[in-house]
Amino acid sequence: MSSEFNIGRKNKNNSSDFPNPFARVTDTTCRECHHKIKREKLVEELQVCPECGFHMPMHPYDRIATLVDEGSFTEFSQELTSLNPISISGYEEKLTQARGKAGLNDAVVTGIGSIDGRQTVLGVMSFQFMGGSMGSVVGEKITRAILKGADEGLPVTLVTASGGARMQEGIFSLMQMAKTSNAAALLDGLGIPLFIVLTHPTTGGVTASFAMLGDVSIAEPGALIGFAGQRVIEGTLKEKLPEGFQKSEFQLKKGFVDMIVPRAEMRKTLSFLLKTHESESKGWMSR
Amino acid sequence: MDESVIQSKIEEIKVLAEKENINISKELDHLKAKYAPSSEDTWEKVLLARNIDRPNTLDYINLICDDFVELHGDRHFGDDPAMIGGIGTINGQAVTFIGHQRGHNMKENIERNYGWAYPEGYRKALRLAEQAEKFHRPVVTFIDTAGAYPGVNAEERGIGEAIAVNLKKFSVLKTPIISFIIGEGGSGGALGIGVSDKIYMLENSIYSVISPEGFASILLRDAERAKEAAEIMKVTAQDVDEFGIVHGIIPEVPGGAQIDPAFTAEEIKKTILKDLKALMSKTPNQLIRYRSKKIREIGHVNENNAKVQDLFGIFGKVFGRS
Repeated sequence: MSSEFNIGRKNKNNSSDFPNPFARVTDTTCRECHHKIKREKLVEELQVCPECGFHMPMHPYDRIATLVDEGSFTEFSQELTSLNPISISGYEEKLTQARGKAGLNDAVVTGIGSIDGRQTVLGVMSFQFMGGSMGSVVGEKITRAILKGADEGLPVTLVTASGGARMQEGIFSLMQMAKTSNAAALLDGLGIPLFIVLTHPTTGGVTASFAMLGDVSIAEPGALIGFAGQRVIEGTLKEKLPEGFQKSEFQLKKGFVDMIVPRAEMRKTLSFLLKTHESESKGWMSR
Repeated sequence: MDESVIQSKIEEIKVLAEKENINISKELDHLKAKYAPSSEDTWEKVLLARNIDRPNTLDYINLICDDFVELHGDRHFGDDPAMIGGIGTINGQAVTFIGHQRGHNMKENIERNYGWAYPEGYRKALRLAEQAEKFHRPVVTFIDTAGAYPGVNAEERGIGEAIAVNLKKFSVLKTPIISFIIGEGGSGGALGIGVSDKIYMLENSIYSVISPEGFASILLRDAERAKEAAEIMKVTAQDVDEFGIVHGIIPEVPGGAQIDPAFTAEEIKKTILKDLKALMSKTPNQLIRYRSKKIREIGHVNENNAKVQDLFGIFGKVFGRS
């Protein structure tokens, strides 16, 4: 498989293995309000329900196409694939299935792209790939993405969507939390910004590591963002959950995100952040 | 000899000793330890790791330190009794201790929230770690939790953020950190004070990404299959050591550390003193490089000939060439 390809090209007959943006989107019933939406409308609305505004999970390539300048994205570390470190039976099959379903090698796509001409390292997670869970590959790719930013003096933008650590990799997946957070610390030491875009859902070990370490944290509207799962809180501790608990709006109110930005305005917002951090991204702290 | 026979013999001796007013509790403990089944069974280890009589953080601190003062509070919200910390001396060397605190009975456990810490617990831990860093005092952490508290209040106060910040800052703390998993090392709540230069597991401790019960209910679709889950997940000290994630195993007497806490405490103390000798002579940059490199290498991926980044270039940029 080629390690580099371009994304966002107009030429839909591109012979590379990159799928056309939104090629996977089909007619859908909104999970939240059960409104039926035609494919064309859904693509036009960037997979946001026109009825209730629910921001549906997106394929990373589709999301990248909505964020970066046409043809500017070059993927890296695409080749990394998962092993079965604690020999869980059925894990390989599960990975094969997930690869087919999501059209990805694992639950994150990383690369370099530009937004209005300003470069950023970009990592975008896929909830479709085993619930966006973080095992060794996701941890390694996020770490490489952050360290690429550190190495090349580029801001790093990570779009999260994850149910947490990948249980099939046991203790190794727990350690990815330390690994990605350590990379964020090194980036910090160089004075290079880390921007986090939290999408539905971002929970567990991803929330308790790099997802909460952004210099600026942006959430999509209505995204579930939290550490413990709602069923765990309700079930184990018999606590009643308040209205809107762990949603973006709740996290904004509690002070854990800087702003809520609708999908249609995300590119503009990131562009503004890249522009305003241009001088800082040269690493004045380390001088 | 059959176990029930030994038990009845022990009871007989107890009654006799009480009658004669002789203290034989120590001898009895050793007798029990001698005949306790030396456990190869994963589930038994899980139960031992969670045993209510098992020495907890403050027990070890009291056994190890010449003196100890506890320090309280995160300076933002409150003081979390499930996470304790303070300054102690070991053979005169000042050390900052941080650890999850469980109780030995129901009353203590309610007070300590069973060692499930809140965000303010993790923030207290970080405050004390940074205080230690300021005075180049080494940090020793004791990990003993089923996990961070999964409740509404913990979420409202940002438990995810609190753990994340600890992972980040402990990973580049400019003073030595040594960690011991003394009982249960559960998930992010354990890791939240577990990023360190040296990490050890007690012989009957466990370390896992999720509790065996959680794993069973999610992946095996039956919470009752926790025993089986514990086997599959490979949670014992011996498993995790084999994975190369910890630096070694601290021995306990047969039957578990609760039988002879002083024995395990002495082993922990020796380990701390040995490691500090090596770690205290390192420069902060050397410490952080080694710690980062070790963390960086954990994980199993199929590279498919992907180019691996040169880490040292980045370390050089961050910390200079020293």
